[in-house]
Amino acid sequence: MSANAPLRAPPPGRPEPPQDLARRLEALLRLVFPLISTALVLILAATPTGLPALAFALAMPAIGFWTVFRPAGMAPPIVFLLGLLLDLLTMAPLGVHIIALLALHGVAMRLRFWLARQGFVMVWLCFCLGALAATLLAWGLTAILLLALPPWQPIFHTLLLSAGLYPMIATLLSRAHEAMRRAENLP
Amino acid sequence: MIRLSIPLRQALARLSLPIMIAVAFGVMLLGKADNLLVERLRTTLSDALAPIYGAISQPVNAVEDAIAEIQSLGTLRSDNARLREENERLRRWHAAALSLEAENTLLRRQLGFVPEAAPNFHAARVVADGGGTYARAVLLSIPPQHGIRKGQVALDERGFVGRVTEVGARSARVLLATDMNSRVPVTLEGSRARAVMAGTNGARPRLAHWPEGVIPQEGERVVTSAQANAFPAGLPVGVVRRSAQGNLEVELFARLDNLEMVRLFDFGLSGILPPEAVARPEPRAPRR
Repeated sequence: MSANAPLRAPPPGRPEPPQDLARRLEALLRLVFPLISTALVLILAATPTGLPALAFALAMPAIGFWTVFRPAGMAPPIVFLLGLLLDLLTMAPLGVHIIALLALHGVAMRLRFWLARQGFVMVWLCFCLGALAATLLAWGLTAILLLALPPWQPIFHTLLLSAGLYPMIATLLSRAHEAMRRAENLP
Repeated sequence: MIRLSIPLRQALARLSLPIMIAVAFGVMLLGKADNLLVERLRTTLSDALAPIYGAISQPVNAVEDAIAEIQSLGTLRSDNARLREENERLRRWHAAALSLEAENTLLRRQLGFVPEAAPNFHAARVVADGGGTYARAVLLSIPPQHGIRKGQVALDERGFVGRVTEVGARSARVLLATDMNSRVPVTLEGSRARAVMAGTNGARPRLAHWPEGVIPQEGERVVTSAQANAFPAGLPVGVVRRSAQGNLEVELFARLDNLEMVRLFDFGLSGILPPEAVARPEPRAPRR
């Protein structure tokens, strides 16, 4: 019966298995997977697609998902790096996306335990609200930094893309998350 | 690995978000204060990514070409009729052009006019839409030994595209005429009035600052003006259109939404460049 439980404490008296190099490397890879995968997606999203809002719209679901379900892989410094990459890729005033993504991360972090217990639709709705706030924040910061009103249509583009792509991204990422959790629970 | 006590580690984890937000504001101020640094960072990143984008854009282009091919098959008949009519019209214009050319040579001979040397240019492939939500720019892949400088003029096969704003070792960025930061001195070809074409991030830049008493006509051709010594006179830009709100806009000849190749012309002009470029003047490369 206890063999089926996902989290099994080692039996008392037996020493923990030694941490050899391969095991440590694997753990490290699992730790940096959210950063590497999101960065790659951002770089690919900046290719000529005719959708300038795509990169930002793809960053938000990934950061929201990893923050709620695997916070160790999406720590604030990692969000910072991803925001910086996004700013450099999209020619936005430096810092705009960093702050928007950090804000999204902060809110997701605070609601993490509550969100993890909710169903998919609830998480999606909450994500849409968070994405709306982050997009408006980015728009406002851009307006302040440029001292001009940027066009408002990109807000809708980003928001609709992000909300529409969230289910697909979340499905893919939860597969990856499950696989990593299985690997972690191996004896 | 450094071993930290559990409370200390928890405190660090709790503090890292506020610290990162503070650093982000610092970065924002730094980006506002030191444009040069940001530009150098962007150029380094684009240099590193340009080969990757070059590789990716090939299959993407292949797919886009296939889709365009299929679409063109559908409109074959109507296209054919339109082209026949256009051919007829162009034949008439061809005759007119030949007679004008003959007249032009005659007049030049009488004036002792010295023609300007043909400007040299580099063709470059567009590898990425470097613009973002609030910017219109493209990234070009260029060979490592190039003579491309800031301020060079980019044209596609139809007309004016934009100006080079950043140059790296293997990539260059062109700010498109539609970007909010783009201001181009233009001449209205019919009235010879000068005006400024200002980008709005929309598809059509707005026309501004035309002289009093001149009303730009719908359909009038717009060409660049040599004022401020930033552009040569007479490069084709677009035609004047009136928007639904009654604003005067310029419909560009260049197809900015589907750029694949641009030509970067070196007219040897040293007109107005962005402030950060003035702080670091780039002398024109000596001719070999």
